This record gives sequence, structure tokens and C-alpha cells, in this order.
Amino acid sequence: MMPMTAIVALAAVTYAFRLAGPLLRGRVTVPAAAERVFADAATVLLIALAATSALTAGHGFAGWARPAGVLVAGVLVTRRAPFPVVVVAAAGVTALLRLAGVS
Amino acid sequence: MRFLWRTASLALLRRGVPSEGSRVARPIRGRFWPSGAQLGDVALVCVADGIVGVSFGATSVGGGLAWWVPVALSVLVFAGGSQIAAVGVVLGGGSPVAAVLAGAVLNTRLFPYGLAVADVVAGPWWRRLLGTHLITDESVAFTMRQSAPERRRAAFWTCGVLLFLVWNATVLLGVALGSTVRNTDAFGLDATFPAVMLALALPTLTSRSTRVAAGTGAVIAVALTPVLPAGLPLLAALGGLGARWTGWRGQRSAADPGGPRDSEGAVNQEELSAGGKR
Repeated sequence: MMPMTAIVALAAVTYAFRLAGPLLRGRVTVPAAAERVFADAATVLLIALAATSALTAGHGFAGWARPAGVLVAGVLVTRRAPFPVVVVAAAGVTALLRLAGVS
Repeated sequence: MRFLWRTASLALLRRGVPSEGSRVARPIRGRFWPSGAQLGDVALVCVADGIVGVSFGATSVGGGLAWWVPVALSVLVFAGGSQIAAVGVVLGGGSPVAAVLAGAVLNTRLFPYGLAVADVVAGPWWRRLLGTHLITDESVAFTMRQSAPERRRAAFWTCGVLLFLVWNATVLLGVALGSTVRNTDAFGLDATFPAVMLALALPTLTSRSTRVAAGTGAVIAVALTPVLPAGLPLLAALGGLGARWTGWRGQRSAADPGGPRDSEGAVNQEELSAGGKR
């Protein structure tokens, strides 16, 4: 379930973050330490989301096919493969494993 | 502003980075029109984001959301990472509040972005309102590669407008695909969400403290998933940021047992040089 109010709320918060910069320009500088915390918070969220959405479905284990596809994608990322290749490989590996009967 | 450089590293610069100097030194051809090379780079980013857009639209409706949810998110929020995160939370059974929170935290980085490109969104009020909405990882990354004001403006608006069109068109295409093809899992589309997250996040794991924080956060989130309502484990992962300080301290004593000030400088330098490399 994702009601329209939630979408509008996220849109409003996002627009506020975007607008704050141009509005406050010249009047404020973000301390480097704060910027690092912003960046690290985003990284932590992304990695945690990658881990949970790769490994879990609902409250349980997602099965082997999906984590395997994501693992291949991760290796490709560290090998500096182009972004489209990474995404297609993740889906391809997972789909092939499922075709072979691995859930 | 490491997010910028991870974006830059994502797709467009894979085929070799032209040095900043050569780009800036090139004569300025048009006032508002980008160079051919620049358009090519923007097109490459659009292709990459288009694939994600199709996958986002298809997975959203494939997971059971109404068709207008991914469409409204793409038009109104227009920040891919947070859209995918929000839908991921909801599809995992989480509450809309948790979804909004997760998306909002991811989008805090747009604030420093706005400071960085404030000059190019200046102008009449309607241009400022519109330009503000086009602030993304990609448009800011392209803008930052230019120094002349008119080149910066051309880079920002070209990338911003094209990306907005491509993103929304491909999300629509994905919605259409996801509605016709019932079983999107057979195509492994559910693996594209975590893959995109990894592609975005792995290049930012440059310093040890960030790696410690992210690793701890991931373990917290996965461990809590069986016991907590969906969405909460993700927010609990932010507790991993606490491990950052411990990690830092560990690095400090390892790098330089003598003086904390010196070693802190070393940490910063490591992060800086890692950021500059990308």
C-alpha cells in the first residue's frame, strides 16, 4: 500500500531539500563533517536496503536465485562494469537460476 | 560530496575520463547548447537510468502496487534511489511512513547539491521552481564538470530536462510491461532493485569508517528483519553510523599511535584522494 498522501509527503520533503540549497546560498556553508554524515547515512541505507532486499522476502529468506544474481552484480560493480550491464546481469542470472529450478 | 563522484563514475566515465582541463579549455560554441561530447555522455546516462526506470515501473506493479504509484513518484519525487527505496519498503510489507522516512533520508544529499548548483537555477521565479526540481545526482555531476557559467547552465538544463523525460517515459513503459507480464519474478526483475542499490553504494565505500558503518548497518537490518515490522530494520540500520566512530578510533590507533591530530589528517587525506580519483 502506498497512498497518494505518502507520495506527496515524500515529494514535498524532497523538494524542500532541493530548494534549501539555492535559497540559503551564500548565507550558509555545510560543515564538511556534516556533509560526511549525510553521505555516510545514505550509503548505510543503500547497503542495508541492498542486503535486506537481496536476502529477505517478508520476514523470511528470499531463496537462492535472487541473492546469487545480486552477488554477480556486486562483483561486476567492483570490476567497474557499465551500469546497464550490472542491472541486466542481476536479472539474467536470477532468471536463469529460476529457469533451472533454483528458487 | 562523494555522491557526485560515484554518479560520475556510474556509467558515463567508464570509457575513459577526459581530463577536466581539456574539457574546460575547449572553446565555447553556443551559449545554451552543450557540446557533442557532453550530449553523448548525457545520452549514456539516460540509457542507464532508462533501464532502471523500466525495471522500477515493472517491479512496482508486478509487486501489486497500483499503476499510478510509480508514475506519481517519478513525476513528483524524481529521485530514483529514494523512489526505489520507498517502493522496496512498501513491497516488503513496510508502512508508508517508513517508506517516506527511508526516501527522505536518502534525499538529504540534495541539500548540499542545491548549494553547489545554486548559480545555474537562478533567474525568474518559474525557472527557479523548475530548475530546483531537476537537481539530481546526474545533473549536478555534469554541472560540476564545467566551470564557465554558460557551460554550467547548458550542462545542468540539458541533463536535467532529458533525464526527466527519459525517466518518466521508461517508468511508464515499465508499468505497461509489468501489467502485461504477470510473473515478473521469472525474469529476475526482483534482483534489479538490490543490484541498483549496490551499484550506487559500493563506489562510495572508500573509507574504512564508511565500510564499517555500512557493514554493521546491513547486519543489523538483516538480523532484525524476521522480528521487526517491515521498514523498521532499514531505519535501525542507521545505527551502523555509530560504529563509524569506533571504526575511526581503531584506524587512528592503527595508523598513528602517537598523535590523534596527525592521524585524523591522514584519514581525511585518504578520503579526499579516494574521492578525487573517481
